[in-house]
Amino acid sequence: MLDKTTEELLGIVSDWTGKFNGAYNIRSNGQCAGRQSSENILIENKEGAPGLVIRIKPGTKGETVYIPACVTQGGIDDLVYNDFYVGEGADVIIVAGCGVHTSDGHDVRHNGIHRFILDKGAKVLYKEKHIGTGAGSGAKRIDPVTEIEQGEDSYLEMDTIQIGGVDSTYRKTSGKLGKGAKLVIKERIMTDKDQRAQTDFAVELNGEDSGADIVSRSVAKGNSYQEYHSKISGNARCTGHSECDAILADNGKVNAAPELYAGDLDASLIHEAAIGKIAGEQIIKLRTLGLTEEEAERKIIDGFLRG
Amino acid sequence: MLKIENLSWSLGTGESILKNVSLEIPDGKLTVITGPNGGGKTSLAKLIAGLETPESGSILLDGEDITGWDITTRARSGIGYAFQQPVRFKGLNVRDLLELSAQKPLEDREICEVLGKVGLCANEYIDRTIDASLSGGEAKRIEIATVLAKKDAKVLVFDEPEAGIDLWSFSNLIEAFERLKATENKSLLIISHQERILGISDYIAVIADGEVTKFGTKDEILGGLLGDEKAERCPLGKDAN
Ligand SMILES: Nc1ncnc2c1ncn2[C@@H]1O[C@H](COP(=O)(O)OP(=O)(O)OP(=O)(O)O)[C@@H](O)[C@H]1O
Ligand SMILES: [Mg+2]
Repeated sequence: MLDKTTEELLGIVSDWTGKFNGAYNIRSNGQCAGRQSSENILIENKEGAPGLVIRIKPGTKGETVYIPACVTQGGIDDLVYNDFYVGEGADVIIVAGCGVHTSDGHDVRHNGIHRFILDKGAKVLYKEKHIGTGAGSGAKRIDPVTEIEQGEDSYLEMDTIQIGGVDSTYRKTSGKLGKGAKLVIKERIMTDKDQRAQTDFAVELNGEDSGADIVSRSVAKGNSYQEYHSKISGNARCTGHSECDAILADNGKVNAAPELYAGDLDASLIHEAAIGKIAGEQIIKLRTLGLTEEEAERKIIDGFLRG
Repeated sequence: MLKIENLSWSLGTGESILKNVSLEIPDGKLTVITGPNGGGKTSLAKLIAGLETPESGSILLDGEDITGWDITTRARSGIGYAFQQPVRFKGLNVRDLLELSAQKPLEDREICEVLGKVGLCANEYIDRTIDASLSGGEAKRIEIATVLAKKDAKVLVFDEPEAGIDLWSFSNLIEAFERLKATENKSLLIISHQERILGISDYIAVIADGEVTKFGTKDEILGGLLGDEKAERCPLGKDAN
């Protein structure tokens, strides 16, 4: 049985409505709290380490696999390794949300290490939503590591958002792309109070005509601090684009350090970064539509993180 | 009705931009403000919408003094203002802005109706983000639509609605303006240099150098206006002679 907090967190991070349609594994406080494989998606325990091996058969189309994880008891430091093998030509959605909750003064942490190995022509939409809840002095941490290996002409879109309430996060995402492979990452991070967030991307474009598009949007409010590092290495004819776009409010601080490496004459790499407070004219425009200044700021930030 | 009495406004540097401007914008009529670039037209619109605060003088909405009201309160009391330069947002789309303006969720049909007035097809634009990807004319038309969506508006101010808009969309817009004043009895104040807009006006005010230099009905002003334009077309050239 899942406790109420876990059910609430599952609802927020993985659209849980009391059940999942299709293959799933629910991890709660370091234990498996429910699992189901489907005909095409096999979920098994990983040998020698906590976690799962998820095998998606070649040609699987239109299925979704859910692997949310929640930590709801103070004092738990959960470490898990999940490996995804996505077969040739498969086209699937993977939902991997994480919620951490503590209200007893003890720290909680979830550290999910996810590996994605995509075969030729495989297509994956990977959705990851993170949230921290609960009062008290216990720190809420989520430190995800994502390692991606993309075969020829495969496509992976990673759509990740940290909604709020996470005191500290260190996100590491790396990718190695083969011929014609495309990687699209949309990351959104909201921090407030004394929260810290660091995100590191390292993408190697090794195959001819591979491409990566990394867009990170962040909002740093209160006394929070965010750090953004990205390195795109173009080792063949390829295209790489990274963008770090941050809104500051109150005493929020952001440090963005993008890096581009071109190891091939035909590598075309671009980075854009913009950090600043909400443009005054945006607030004024919304006020002329009848919003108060606070309402306008909230709308602008919500839209920015949603987009 | 909007009444402006002896309004003056200067920049922080002391430079005087508007000097003793008085003007009445009656309900159910279209008043056009025209005049040379830099004359103070947009400044007056900003004072009306509350973006700037005058040094002296007052602004009355249906007899109530709103001079000290902030932007939000004025908007909620029925003042709509379409900017000369549209504002771009990362993350807000056309539906978001139109719904904020209408203060309620809108059905696709209603969005279609508003966008139709500015010559945009709702299917293509409803989910478009109002960011730098929009062309100048598209952004301008969406800016106008955000004000047309404001159902509780009493006074609608449009700052150069013609700028960057193609002929076809412009015809729709002219119709929309005529309908607003005739069937909905709104006070319309349009800042414009465009002859077709001057042509559908009831009153014309000319603002130059921060002052109202001419005011009257369209028939009183329009003919003289074009004459002036010819005479003053090339002041530099005149000096050179
Ligand atoms: N914030 C400001 N800072 C400096 N100058 C300003 C500011 N606002 C207005 N001005 C100046 O005041 C004058 C009037 O400007 P305003 O924008 O009202 O003119 P306008 O009549 O709308 O011109 P246009 O037809 O070109 O739109 C101009 O000389 C302008 O440069
Ligand atoms: Mg102007």
